[in-house]
Amino acid sequence: MEATLPILILAIPLFMFLLLGLLGNKMSHKMAGILGTAGMGVTLVLAYITAFTYFFSGNPDFVSAEGQHLQYVVFNVDWLQFYKDLVIRIGFLLDPISALLLVVITTISFMVHLYSNGYMRDHHGVYERGFQRFYAFLALFSFSMLGLVVATNIFQMYIFWELVGASSYLLIGFYYIKPSAVSASKKAFIVTRFADLGFLIGILILSYYTGTFNFTDLTSSAVADSSNVFAVNIATSEHIRNIFASSAAPVFMGGSVLTWALVLIFMGGMGKSAMLPLHIWLPDAMEGPTPVSALIHAATMVVAGVYLVARLFPLYLMEETALVIITVVGAITAFYAAMVACTQVDIKRVLAFSTISQIAFMMVSLGVARPEIHEGLGYMASMFHLFTHAMFKALLFLGAGALIHAIGSNDYTEMHGLRKYMPITHITFLIGCLAIAGIIPFSGFFSKDEILSSCMGYNWVAYVWMSLVAGLTAFYMFRLYFLIFWWKEHPVREGHHAPHDQPWTMSVPLIFLAAVSVVAGFVPFGNLVSWNGEPYDFMKHFNWNVATVSLVVAIIGIGIAMVMYRKENPLPDKMQRAFPALWRWCFHRFYWDELYQFITHKIIFARVCRPIAWFDRHVIDGTMDGFAIVTNKVSWAIRGLQSGRVQMYVWIYLIGALLLGTVTAVCLL
Amino acid sequence: MFSNILIYFVVIPLVMLGALGLCRNIRQIRAVAVTGSLALTALSVYLLVEYIALRGAGATAPMLFTGTWSWFTPLNINLAVGVDGISVAMLLLSSIILLTGSFASWKIQPMTKEFFLWLILLSTGVFGFFISIDLFTMFMFYEVALIPMYLLIGVWGSGNKNYSAMKLTLMLMGGSAFLMLGLIGIYYHSAPAGEPLTWNLLEIAANSSIDKSWQYFLFPMTFVGFGVLGAMFPFHTWSPDGHASAPTAVSMLHAGVLMKLGGYGCFRVAIYLMPEAAHDLAWIFLILTGISVVYGAFSACVQTDLKYINAYSSVSHCGLVLFAILMLNTTAMTGAIMQMLSHGLMTALFFALIGMIYGRTHTRDIRLMGGLMQIMPFLAVCYVIAGFASLGLPGLSGFVAEMTIFVGSFEHADMFHRVFTIVACCSIVITAVYILRVVGKLLFGPVYDQHHLALTDAEWWERTSTITLILCVAAIGCFPNFFADVIRFTFSPEIFTVIGMH
Repeated sequence: MEATLPILILAIPLFMFLLLGLLGNKMSHKMAGILGTAGMGVTLVLAYITAFTYFFSGNPDFVSAEGQHLQYVVFNVDWLQFYKDLVIRIGFLLDPISALLLVVITTISFMVHLYSNGYMRDHHGVYERGFQRFYAFLALFSFSMLGLVVATNIFQMYIFWELVGASSYLLIGFYYIKPSAVSASKKAFIVTRFADLGFLIGILILSYYTGTFNFTDLTSSAVADSSNVFAVNIATSEHIRNIFASSAAPVFMGGSVLTWALVLIFMGGMGKSAMLPLHIWLPDAMEGPTPVSALIHAATMVVAGVYLVARLFPLYLMEETALVIITVVGAITAFYAAMVACTQVDIKRVLAFSTISQIAFMMVSLGVARPEIHEGLGYMASMFHLFTHAMFKALLFLGAGALIHAIGSNDYTEMHGLRKYMPITHITFLIGCLAIAGIIPFSGFFSKDEILSSCMGYNWVAYVWMSLVAGLTAFYMFRLYFLIFWWKEHPVREGHHAPHDQPWTMSVPLIFLAAVSVVAGFVPFGNLVSWNGEPYDFMKHFNWNVATVSLVVAIIGIGIAMVMYRKENPLPDKMQRAFPALWRWCFHRFYWDELYQFITHKIIFARVCRPIAWFDRHVIDGTMDGFAIVTNKVSWAIRGLQSGRVQMYVWIYLIGALLLGTVTAVCLL
Repeated sequence: MFSNILIYFVVIPLVMLGALGLCRNIRQIRAVAVTGSLALTALSVYLLVEYIALRGAGATAPMLFTGTWSWFTPLNINLAVGVDGISVAMLLLSSIILLTGSFASWKIQPMTKEFFLWLILLSTGVFGFFISIDLFTMFMFYEVALIPMYLLIGVWGSGNKNYSAMKLTLMLMGGSAFLMLGLIGIYYHSAPAGEPLTWNLLEIAANSSIDKSWQYFLFPMTFVGFGVLGAMFPFHTWSPDGHASAPTAVSMLHAGVLMKLGGYGCFRVAIYLMPEAAHDLAWIFLILTGISVVYGAFSACVQTDLKYINAYSSVSHCGLVLFAILMLNTTAMTGAIMQMLSHGLMTALFFALIGMIYGRTHTRDIRLMGGLMQIMPFLAVCYVIAGFASLGLPGLSGFVAEMTIFVGSFEHADMFHRVFTIVACCSIVITAVYILRVVGKLLFGPVYDQHHLALTDAEWWERTSTITLILCVAAIGCFPNFFADVIRFTFSPEIFTVIGMH
């Protein structure tokens, strides 16, 4: 395959970033919006062509004779050499999951670019301050995210991982005049940075023992003698395991070094994907403009952690411990976030916790995936859910953005009964809710069902637990839906200020994403993505019992929400009073933020930083000053000896001579 | 003598000094400073190109462009020059910082001429130090670079300047005293018994006649001597006070270049000449520098003066330089030099920006400022970029340097090195904390002081200065292999014969 298209996929967003970043202020707002959107549109087309070529061209570079999807390194250039074999390269790896993510990222990114043309203006069509900067940052983010998913080696992934974090920082803090946005951006960066520390150490461990950063060396083996075509191969990971099993690699604190490396790498994924306990930054990240939340904090960046685990999946298969940790972390997070989502008032926060919960679904799905359980269904389900979730969650966020844009508040108590005023938003939002709740035939039904089937194959605890979370999902999403669009009539009814649907730039993305959410479930996903690239017949493993149960659970969830929230009634208040402690803990997100606040301010700042700073000024520097003071004192003390009085000198001379004479005499005698 | 290109690194500053003496007004002074430093920059770029061409043509000598001229025969003191990739990189760094520093001091008052005289004299010392391979002349240039600091801070400084100038000078002189003892010790063991003694680095290394017991004594002497200038814990306290009081260009040169003299001396003299002691005693200094890295970063978290924050950040980053040098392997040491380049450029950028902000707001206390992004967007954006470089964002210089250091350090498989490497890695988180704290407080949020609304954004000379530095930072960050290749040659096991080097 020619490298032109892939290079352009990365180069265009980067170019747009530089162009809009450097010259944005010289061009009109409208121009910047059109340029940014057009740039992303071209990238979208190129990415679609690339993905289509990869999946359907039948080129032997991409698909083996047996129909197995292969990994293809389009290009790979040296970027920084450490020693002879250990080199960071910047390259482009094409395989099922990177092609999938290319499609997801460019689609959502383009929709967000388009949508922002309408969103980033007020009702009189006046552009927001920093509009060009916004598009520049969006382009930077798209570039970084695309670079992340096509990484050929783990260090390239880490590089773009950091860049993604920085663009997220810039976009969360877009309204930098608001102190809350500033602290949210800071929090997001620092929490993910902390997680990246684990990631970095994991990379260091892994690369030290395996001597490579390349994914293809870690998880696949070369096909025939072709230099850049690889097939995912469990035997390669056996080879890696043998490296770790050999005596050269020590055992550290009861775990093999490989386990440690994989768990630490997963820690990086926990940070980006907002898994408990590193989730605290994501709800705050909603301070950013809503299109940013849709793009970064719902559809793309936050699934980077899932993608990372999927990328190294053959290695994780080697280490049962690591997979169990992933499953447990995912399951707890999914439940926790769903509980919290039931009580939040800010609609973006509800969606944020919902995102956390859904990503945790993907994590669990990877954690329970085994080749022997439905031929690795979990892996496929996870990627499938990543895809469908990206679509319907972006839809929900963009819908929320339309509401916020129309109402001017994030708070559902100021919405209520909007269905008549904003019909397009209403219908598309409803589709998104049905999809996430998992109602047949919307896309979420299929992907969630596969995850549950996979959990069922793993063990029944996981299955029951995740089904419960799925029920909660349906409940909190429809709670939100009813509270926004029903409950009671909107107080502002008539006139110019009545909320109304948005300009076409905002409606088109909503309608498009809604359409995708409806049909995405019918994509024969198993044929395209599976853990080892071999086509996978999902129907063979389809379990009607699981499907029926999950459907029933979802409908029960929706039913309860309907009873409680369709019309104004005292039931929600009664529920709240019935379980005051539970409600309070959920509402305050189980006090994680307060805990972190305590640790950072009361312990790290007050008990570590300040004492160190004090120690430096008063002890270390005090010692140095002490030397100077002592020198000074001594000088003052002995300066009397140089008084210039001759009698004094004579006396000293005489005493000295006498002493010296005595000593000499004593010594000689 | 004048056929050797390296000599011009000393000749040009000396000519500049003469020309400055003749200047009558500020325009002429600026013209001399800018022309001279441009000439130096051009010269170092030319040297870099020539150097790469020579290496490409297969030159394998440790030092190229060598030349020796006798100076004081009874003691075998020569003016001996020669450069390898590291010196070339350092010369380039110094000239760029001198250039941008000249732009940053465009409006320095009072006694502009005298200020530039001392600044150029300081640079003469710096350039002379980097081209010398004779220990005695090296030391002489080292002292030439240190002394002007006293006057530059004492006269043109701010705040508690007399105290700071005195403290800085005395502490560095204390280091020099150790250093001089060490160098004289090296001289007397520089050749096997019966052969003529020498000050020449290459000859001493080739003779390798310093016996082990003497190495144990001389290595700490020279390492601490240079380490004081490299802000090694616990000899770093001159740095916060000194930087805080120094005028902008002096802070830039001091943090950007002078502190690099310390790191450079540590590997060029202490480790290169006494490899056995380096191998055996490295652990002591690894502990100290490992402490430096996190200690400086933690201290920076609670400072309120912009320059103090940056000075402590320098302690942390320069600690990482010495830390990596002590890892004694090719990758980590290459990373150390890249960190020196990176830190030099980004700290210079930081100090330039702090100077420019201070020149407008007349305070450096972050509690008294806020929302500068709305008032001076250009400076604020540059500050954010500098901050990103400092916290190691890929695409800027800090990332590649730190990653090279960490990967190199991780080559040691024993628990001691592992633990300290991981401790050093933690600095990437703490750095993010203090950088974002400052950025958030200083640049973002609402405007704190309404008087600041009347302030203006950067002038053209300030833009020139900061943009140049940002371009350099980005160049290293985007094309690291180019720089790594230039540097790595010196640390190849054939040349840098430290035990266990690989």
